[in-house]
Amino acid sequence: MKSTSRLGAWVAIAIGTLYFLLPLIATFEFSLKMNRDGYSFEAYKVVLSDPGFQATFGYSTLMAVLTIIVGIVLVVPTAYWIQLKLPRLRPLVEFITLLPLVIPAIVIVFGYLKLYNSSSWLPLTGNERATDFLLMCSYVTLALPYLYRSIDAGLRAIDVRTLTEAAESLGASWPSILLQVIFPNVKSAILSGAFLTFAVVIGEFTMASLLGRPAFGPYLQLIGANRAYEPSALAIIAFMVTWASMGLIQVFARNARPARKTA
Amino acid sequence: MSTSPDSLAHHPAGQTRKGLSTLSLQWLGVAPFLLFALLFLILPTATLMIGAFQDADGHFTLGNIAKLFDDSILSAYWISFEVSAASALGGSLIGLLLALAAIQGGLPAWIRPTLMTFSGVASNFAGIPLSFAFLSTLGRMGLVTVLLRNYADFDLYGTGFSILSFLGLTLTYLYFQIPLMVLIVTPAIDGLRTEWREACESLGGSSAAYWWHIALPILWPSILGSTLLLFANAFGAVATAYALTGSSLNIVPILLYAQIRGDVLHDQNLGYALALGMIVVTGLSNAGYIWLRSRAERGRE
Amino acid sequence: MAYLTINNLHKRFDDHVVVHDFNMSIEQGEFVTFLGPSGCGKTTVLRMIAGFETPTSGQIRVGGDDITHQSPQKRGIGMVFQSYALFPNMNVTQNIGFGLKMRKCDGAEIARKVAEVIKLVELSGKENHYPHELSGGQRQRVALARALVVEPRILLLDEPLSALDARIRKNLREQIRDIQRRLGLTTIFVTHDQEEALTMSDRIFVMNQGRVEQEGRAEMVYTQPATEFVARFMGNYNLLGAADTHRLLGLDIQGHLAIRPESIHVLDAHSQQADTLAGTIRQHQLLGSIIRYQIDSGGVTLQVDRLNRTASDLMPVGTEVRLQISRDDMREVR
Repeated sequence: MKSTSRLGAWVAIAIGTLYFLLPLIATFEFSLKMNRDGYSFEAYKVVLSDPGFQATFGYSTLMAVLTIIVGIVLVVPTAYWIQLKLPRLRPLVEFITLLPLVIPAIVIVFGYLKLYNSSSWLPLTGNERATDFLLMCSYVTLALPYLYRSIDAGLRAIDVRTLTEAAESLGASWPSILLQVIFPNVKSAILSGAFLTFAVVIGEFTMASLLGRPAFGPYLQLIGANRAYEPSALAIIAFMVTWASMGLIQVFARNARPARKTA
Repeated sequence: MSTSPDSLAHHPAGQTRKGLSTLSLQWLGVAPFLLFALLFLILPTATLMIGAFQDADGHFTLGNIAKLFDDSILSAYWISFEVSAASALGGSLIGLLLALAAIQGGLPAWIRPTLMTFSGVASNFAGIPLSFAFLSTLGRMGLVTVLLRNYADFDLYGTGFSILSFLGLTLTYLYFQIPLMVLIVTPAIDGLRTEWREACESLGGSSAAYWWHIALPILWPSILGSTLLLFANAFGAVATAYALTGSSLNIVPILLYAQIRGDVLHDQNLGYALALGMIVVTGLSNAGYIWLRSRAERGRE
Repeated sequence: MAYLTINNLHKRFDDHVVVHDFNMSIEQGEFVTFLGPSGCGKTTVLRMIAGFETPTSGQIRVGGDDITHQSPQKRGIGMVFQSYALFPNMNVTQNIGFGLKMRKCDGAEIARKVAEVIKLVELSGKENHYPHELSGGQRQRVALARALVVEPRILLLDEPLSALDARIRKNLREQIRDIQRRLGLTTIFVTHDQEEALTMSDRIFVMNQGRVEQEGRAEMVYTQPATEFVARFMGNYNLLGAADTHRLLGLDIQGHLAIRPESIHVLDAHSQQADTLAGTIRQHQLLGSIIRYQIDSGGVTLQVDRLNRTASDLMPVGTEVRLQISRDDMREVR
């Protein structure tokens, strides 16, 4: 009985592994075939030296970093405040942070185009800088569920109220409570949220494409529509970026565990 | 009595005012967040919802909603529904089996963390790169297609299969749906206590009886809720489908994308109604997910 | 012929021996307790009897049948878990009826038996409640009823009271013992609480590091500990090493000398009785019905318990006394 169920488990894992590795292997194999006379990294060379790649990847990286900074500045104080002073508002704030999972990105950006068009009261689509700002805000919105959940969980794991009261009774000011007491203790939670945000933002297509900004996602789509081998190389690169982000989350989560136990 | 009615009335009023001011000060702490949410989440969505009920001149009408039931639009919703449902059902079933195998299958200990890390990566590996990967695998020149033709003498495309079709899109969506299921159903499986199995055994229940009478009923709300979440996840996805099929497959997100880019419906307000329809579908399935999840948590001691 | 016999039972996890050469036999209807600190192997023995663990070697027999390698389903042994292990998707009636359903009993019979046992454990009115709607004590009684209703050959109780607060624990203790007597059930109870063991059991097996340190009737184990470990675990025994024993009492022993605190008599300092020791009171502690003194005698601190009869009984610190210990109350232990 036990051995048959273990066999079944092995079969399930084997099929799963095959399903998930096959596309990666196929993509990698295809990306090596750019030269007719054998496998080479030609496609990668072409992609990496394409000014379009460098420009759009740089743009998206910058957007991701800005998104993470603005997201943290927006979410950490809010989550902290909710836990400390306004627990009654928790359901409302949690509901809002879940909305981006409910409302598809394409609907949100459609709303931006209607609300902030160049003849509206706040013409954020009027010039490039303003549109960049709008795009970043849209990414913060997309990242809200991930950022809020991981930061809120980090704050719950430490006893925020007691820590704050202890710091207050020792004479700490509000900025030093936040920066020296709270922040270091939820650093790993913030970093997990940040890397997840990076993975989501870096290849994002819908928002960037419809707002007409030169991000990595629309570039990928353009290459995909016009080239043969480069898209595969790009897919492998994108997969490695995602993998690196997730790997870093694991590293920080592992480092955080013993710290949390003593807290 | 030296206390005047005036001072009696005054005192509590002063307290109320003070209470109100500390309360509003506390609200200031979340004001930036609420303002952000209003500007970039709630107002944009609300303006679309209002637009869905207006005609070109801004008057109230139900005409846009009625037009959603035109054949061409209805069929877009229907195909979207089919793709989402198929990938959600398949994803939740396969994801559940994978998670069960890794957690309860008696496999070596390293399988589980490996699966979890990989699921974290794969569930986020959606969009355009994913479509490239599946084109390289199951496209006309894809590795599997070529291998099948050369070694198994099997012409995949001869059977009518195409990566650009319903089946191809569903297979591609499964690549992020299955790992997502693994991630969200794992806590529920971890909640199955070994004592339940032992109690069942000592009362004379077989392994099948354990799964049928105890484990599945306990997991059921989580499985169903997760399936709804997967459904919403697929229903709102644009990038994968767009990069894979261009506009050859008539699903709602792609129709909406085309509408935003070039007003292909020649009716702005119908576009708003289309968006409203998407929110209703994803909203309902998310609400179902949240309701079922809270039920599943309540049942646990 | 004993009802349950266990011969030379061993259990090893990897290279860690959890149960070492365990032997016992129980008569039908007996209430036996495995007592010991956590990690002593008592729960592992219980789980091997239930069939959840396979012994590395040894034999378990019930009523003459060898059940060592039988599956748990076929053993007919009831188990009550420390964490209750009630099925959260079933209400009280369904939980209790589950075992009968697995035995393919018909509906009417299930309903009758369930109603009976619900009355027995005093849960009337809770039939349709779900586990999360019950208190800890009620859950534990459902777990007990679920194990009882299938009329098991042996009932196993794995620390069933440890998660409950003190008052409910005492009530339930009596209720379990009462039901066990009425049904004449052969029962094995696992606990780390010596008071629980003493009040409930016919017989106690004191376990330590995978071995049985001592077995015997409850009052015997308490008054006549066989080893230093049992003396320490069962009560507040005074344990004297060989050197102290020689100096104080002029006796030569191996191991330790165990003396119960209530068996030392305190006489006043002028007592002319023979064979007494001089002592000085260093500390006293009021424990309700008894007063516990720390008395220094020749450099050794002895614990002495006296009944707290009147307020004037309390002897202040510094009082000189003489102590009398009967030879019958001294136990040499390994």
